[in-house]
Amino acid sequence: MKFQSQSVAMPYFIAAIGLFVGQILFGLIMGLQYVMGDFLFPEIPFNVARMVHTNLLIVWVLFGFMGASYYLIPEESQTELFSPKLAIAMFWIFLVAGALTIVGYLAVPYATLAELTGNKLLPTMGREFLEQPTITKIGIVIVALAFIFNVGMTVLKGRKTAISMVLMIGLVGLAVLFLFSFYNPHNIVLDKMFWWWVVHLWVEGVWELILGAILAFVLIKITGVDREVIEKWLYMIVAMALITGILGMGHHYFWIGTPEYWQLIGSVFSALEPIPFFMMTLFAFNMINQRRREHPNKAAALWAMGCGVMAFLGAGVWGFLHTLSPVNYYTHGSQVTAAHGHMAFYGAYAMVVMCMISYSMPLMRGRIANSRQAQVVEMWGFWLMTVSMVFITLFLTGAGILQVWLQRFSDAPQSFMAVQDQIAIFYWLRELAGVFFLIGLGVYIWSFFVEGEEVTVDNTAAPAAA
Amino acid sequence: MSETFTKTMARNIFFGGSLFFILVLLGLTFHTTKALPERDNRQNLTDQVAQGKLLWEENNCLGCHTLMGEGAYFAPELANVYDRFGKNTAAIKAFIKSRPANGIPGRRSMPQFNFSDEELDALAEFLKYVSEINDADWPPNIQG
Ligand code: HEC
Ligand code: HEM
Ligand code: HEM
Repeated sequence: MKFQSQSVAMPYFIAAIGLFVGQILFGLIMGLQYVMGDFLFPEIPFNVARMVHTNLLIVWVLFGFMGASYYLIPEESQTELFSPKLAIAMFWIFLVAGALTIVGYLAVPYATLAELTGNKLLPTMGREFLEQPTITKIGIVIVALAFIFNVGMTVLKGRKTAISMVLMIGLVGLAVLFLFSFYNPHNIVLDKMFWWWVVHLWVEGVWELILGAILAFVLIKITGVDREVIEKWLYMIVAMALITGILGMGHHYFWIGTPEYWQLIGSVFSALEPIPFFMMTLFAFNMINQRRREHPNKAAALWAMGCGVMAFLGAGVWGFLHTLSPVNYYTHGSQVTAAHGHMAFYGAYAMVVMCMISYSMPLMRGRIANSRQAQVVEMWGFWLMTVSMVFITLFLTGAGILQVWLQRFSDAPQSFMAVQDQIAIFYWLRELAGVFFLIGLGVYIWSFFVEGEEVTVDNTAAPAAA
Repeated sequence: MSETFTKTMARNIFFGGSLFFILVLLGLTFHTTKALPERDNRQNLTDQVAQGKLLWEENNCLGCHTLMGEGAYFAPELANVYDRFGKNTAAIKAFIKSRPANGIPGRRSMPQFNFSDEELDALAEFLKYVSEINDADWPPNIQG
């Protein structure tokens, strides 16, 4: 750690991991409700568990992005953070607002929450991923603005690198696009159209900039490869992300009442969207192969490579699987979508946050890397979670293919509920894989507490071994 | 990547390419909003339908159901439930009204929302309005 103020990232990362645990617990509740329909009914109906699961996911990933930025920006800018106090204040505001919202979901019926928070004044609630009360959304905007101001001022007073530029564009894009969550017309087609400006232009747009910048930062640090090379890669990756991803949004405009030309535009451009993800994989592996130093943090390198591979599989391969409109006609809104959503979110955004944590946490705790023993445990967590997620995805894909076949494709299509009964075995297997995921998360958390001999070697000067 | 391809060139592709596609997106969005009146059934978007949409949102129906394929995958698609129920709003209302408060043992359950008759009318009208949007013949069949 080069600057004292980088350590404000620590509480952000701790909160992120804590909320991650909550997310998985509610995922497991829903997984059980899928096969035991009356589980926890009517105390925690499925929709409530789902809101908690997906909103916790978004919030912890945002905590992760903010923590990563607070760590990364001062180091890139070679100056202390503009205001560590503001960063800590925003941390508590975001955490308390987030916790209150989750408590609100669980404590009262959703309609009551809508009434209590005055949803009728400016109705924004009740849309997927944007379930937060309007007041929470306003809170998110305020926190985002204060955060961007803080890191932005830091960039302005210090060195301006490509990595901090790309990261800043990503963060500003994130905040600006979120404003579309306040647009909720009565016309459902317009509502859906602009809802995707938040959701699609986030995960397949500006978030990819944030992802690329964090990955590039960690790779510079652990491989010692020349900044010029890394930043050239970064620019090409984010260029491809936006060139394909902006019009790729058309793959969500197939069946929501928008004109049919979107079927062609969406299919063509989104079919190219795997390219930036493939480049990320190449990027991570190439840089690590060409490394100029032997950084003792092997776990961080594993996360970086794993993130590249899993993002490519989840977003690239599983995305491509159902992105052409003739295929999507049958798979739209089925378990195939859920399969893709899980692997993509985990592979890209959960893993990049854990990659940054893996690299920076030891430094914030005053050592170059964790002990060998701790890293072994962390890698066990990595493999348990990642392999479990592969199985979750495979089981959901199996469920999805059967669902599409029985309900939409066969000559005698059956009703939704009848089909769900017949594919229950896949849901049981998914739940089992989910339990292993939770164990993996437990092992990962345990790795933070494993002691062991300190690693001191930082043979920066040593030439690449391979 | 070779030496002749510099970082500055990569940066220019990023800025130029992104800007170009943002402009294309804005143009297409503008065109789409102009073309929507033909497709989005807005002539039937009454105050009652708007109230139905608000109820749909404030009760988070989308947290279990899909609507035009978007939402959750736990319960049946509802953009065509009006057609599935034989174009009968009374049947939709009766279904929503008759959900047991404690669920159905062993079966995925839908909550009892205790809607007033006026609210039920609004929700049913909303689902009818959605079913009449031209969504390129999706879903593939009546089962949704
Ligand atoms: C907790 C999850 C949940 C929520 C929230 C929910 N539903 Fe349902 N809904 C279900 C389930 C499960 C079924 C299938 C019930 C069955 O077949 O026994 C269903 C069935 C239906 C059906 C009949 C569909 C068919 O094809 O048989 C309609 C209509 C419906 N719901 C409307 C609504 C509306 C309107 C709302 C919001 C006010 C809503 N639901 C909220 C779970 C939910
Ligand atoms: C990291 C990047 C990505 C993430 C996090 C992600 C996540 C998701 C999620 C959560 C959904 C479900 C949305 C909903 O609930 O309606 C979704 C839908 C979809 N995604 Fe992605 N995605 C990513 C990248 C991609 C890519 C690169 C492609 C194409 C190659 C793609 C193709 C699709 C398609 C076609 C759908 C619609 C599915 C349907 O019709 O139901 N995604 N994605
Ligand atoms: C480990 C156990 C997990 C289980 C059992 C689980 C289960 C579920 C279930 C049942 C849903 C709702 C699907 C529906 O709408 O019917 C869901 C949604 C979702 N989960 Fe998970 N989940 C788990 C872990 C994760 C992880 C690790 C991530 C990402 C990091 C994640 C991201 C998502 C997303 C993005 C959605 C929305 C998907 C969509 O709209 O298509 N989940 N999950």
